[in-house]
Amino acid sequence: MTHLQSISSPSIHSEDRAHEADHPTSTVAKFGMDQPLKLDCGIDLAPFQIAYQTYGELNADRSNAILICHALTLDQHVANVHPLTGKAGWWEIMVGPGRPLDTDRYFIICSNVIGGCMGSTGPASTNPATGKAWGLDFPLITIPDMVRAQAMLLDRLEIETLFCVIGGSMGGMQVLQWTAAYPERVFSALPVACSTRHSAQNIAFHELGRQAVMADPDWHHGRYFERSTHPHRGLAVARMAGHITYLSDAALHRKFGRRMQDRDLPTFSFDADFQVESYLRYQGSSFVERFDANSYLYLTRAMDYFDIAADHNGVLAQAFRGIKTRFCVVSFTSDWLFPTSESRALVHALNASSARVSFAEIETDRGHDAFLLDVPEFFDIARAFLESAGKARGLGNNKAFSSEVDTGSREENASK
Amino acid sequence: MALQEQALPLGITPDRTGKYRTDHLLVAEMIPQGSKVLDVGCGDGELLQLLESRGIDGRGIELSREGVNRCVARGLAVVQGDADTDLVNYPDDAFDYVILSQTLQATRQPKVVLENLLRIGRRAVVSFPNFGFWKMRLQLLVGGHMPRTENLPATWYDTANIHFCTIKDFVELCDAINVKMERAVALDLYGRPVPLNLPWWVWNMFGEQGVFLLSRGGAGK
Repeated sequence: MTHLQSISSPSIHSEDRAHEADHPTSTVAKFGMDQPLKLDCGIDLAPFQIAYQTYGELNADRSNAILICHALTLDQHVANVHPLTGKAGWWEIMVGPGRPLDTDRYFIICSNVIGGCMGSTGPASTNPATGKAWGLDFPLITIPDMVRAQAMLLDRLEIETLFCVIGGSMGGMQVLQWTAAYPERVFSALPVACSTRHSAQNIAFHELGRQAVMADPDWHHGRYFERSTHPHRGLAVARMAGHITYLSDAALHRKFGRRMQDRDLPTFSFDADFQVESYLRYQGSSFVERFDANSYLYLTRAMDYFDIAADHNGVLAQAFRGIKTRFCVVSFTSDWLFPTSESRALVHALNASSARVSFAEIETDRGHDAFLLDVPEFFDIARAFLESAGKARGLGNNKAFSSEVDTGSREENASK
Repeated sequence: MALQEQALPLGITPDRTGKYRTDHLLVAEMIPQGSKVLDVGCGDGELLQLLESRGIDGRGIELSREGVNRCVARGLAVVQGDADTDLVNYPDDAFDYVILSQTLQATRQPKVVLENLLRIGRRAVVSFPNFGFWKMRLQLLVGGHMPRTENLPATWYDTANIHFCTIKDFVELCDAINVKMERAVALDLYGRPVPLNLPWWVWNMFGEQGVFLLSRGGAGK
């Protein structure tokens, strides 16, 4: 146990995290009492704020905006240095000049989801009524709530129609919710490694993670911030369990096999003898440095509740009836968290709605996380899909929109 | 003209005289601009691209992952799927035309597939290699072997084509399931149409492949 405790002692202070939740290192859109976010649970959330990053420049007719929806444990820092960890953006491989999401051509937006902990209002934010963090007083949020908040952000940015909405995993759920809720605002959609509903197995894994957090004595029923603690052990275990579901047996075997960590013989203890154990402990401890435990509870819950068909009389195809949005659905062969069968069910529903849909299953052993990794086939498909959608949208190939903002992001990239 | 690159994994590289295959050009010519089309077994998307270039709203289904990914990388709206199992998921009248190009003989249930084509689409365009072609007959008659041609190079044990038929067989199937034949073209070995005014048996003998434009028969269908 000593080792697990030692790996979990955070090097980033909880005050830094708390500060980031209220005063993020991102642009912030504030919505006052007159502009509440109408949540599915029936509560009007006001005031609230959304923290977001942008890359590239919006063109004159405001038609080149791409919204990236981030996954459960990620945030808006797609292609810039993360303010807490100092690490590179999580999708730099995808976003940048000449990349599939080309910042020379598109205006890229990514906002922290509502309920998150990187600057959009969530359980780690300060509740204006008490002056303390919301904790479990924060209302339960859903995927549709996240998307509603993003739509309000776009209204604020005066972007009527998105050229594309793209995202993987929980981000893919938001993409699908966008097309179901605001089909006329989405020209094209690229949902990756996701599903129209969270499966029983996935809910089960989330429950495991939540129970790990809540079983940590430092959790204090969600009011750990009042005691200057953080349930980092519980959250690390949740992350470790989650991380296994993002990989695959083949990938783990390829990466670690049964290899030992800095030793030749087993220690006959519960030390991290195996490389895979050491890796998981590292994943757990690095995660707790940048993520709020309550936020993890809320976001996993939002995913559990997600079921587009249920919102449309149980018929998935009804959600997409008459939709004009161009879809490109992508799944990965070794993803057992959101297996291809889920994507196929979505594709069948889209076909039944006569939607213009492409669907590619990409062969890889890297599991669910493949959408974040260097999978050239995926990049080719994303690039080609955006290219053809861009033609249909009348987006030029020229560099007309290269700009100060763009140059800025390029410098940022270069500096890393 | 090579025909089998879609249905046959072991297919030979098509002998191209121009940018597009003659049978593709023939299919494209049967479909009016502005139509909504589903290409079942669309391979690497060559026909779909031709159709899109002519202002036709094309979609595709393709069994092989490599084919699908190449199509999507070409910007085509193609999904990975199986003609035998996935056509049932499409609603009635979803398309103006459904194309089955050189794929019928590779399906497990050609009759069911054909019925589905004309349920999903108001019209269907079907092309297939004609096993009544004289060269095929000769190989079986004289050589005593299952026929293999330049366009159908696979041996009997590794071919993906499991339901070969002749033009005559196909015409009979259409009659049996009340499918109306609006247009029929037989292409000879060189991809040239066999003259229209010749009787059926000539087509069945000298057509290396048949291309048919079909629609639903009477109210009974």
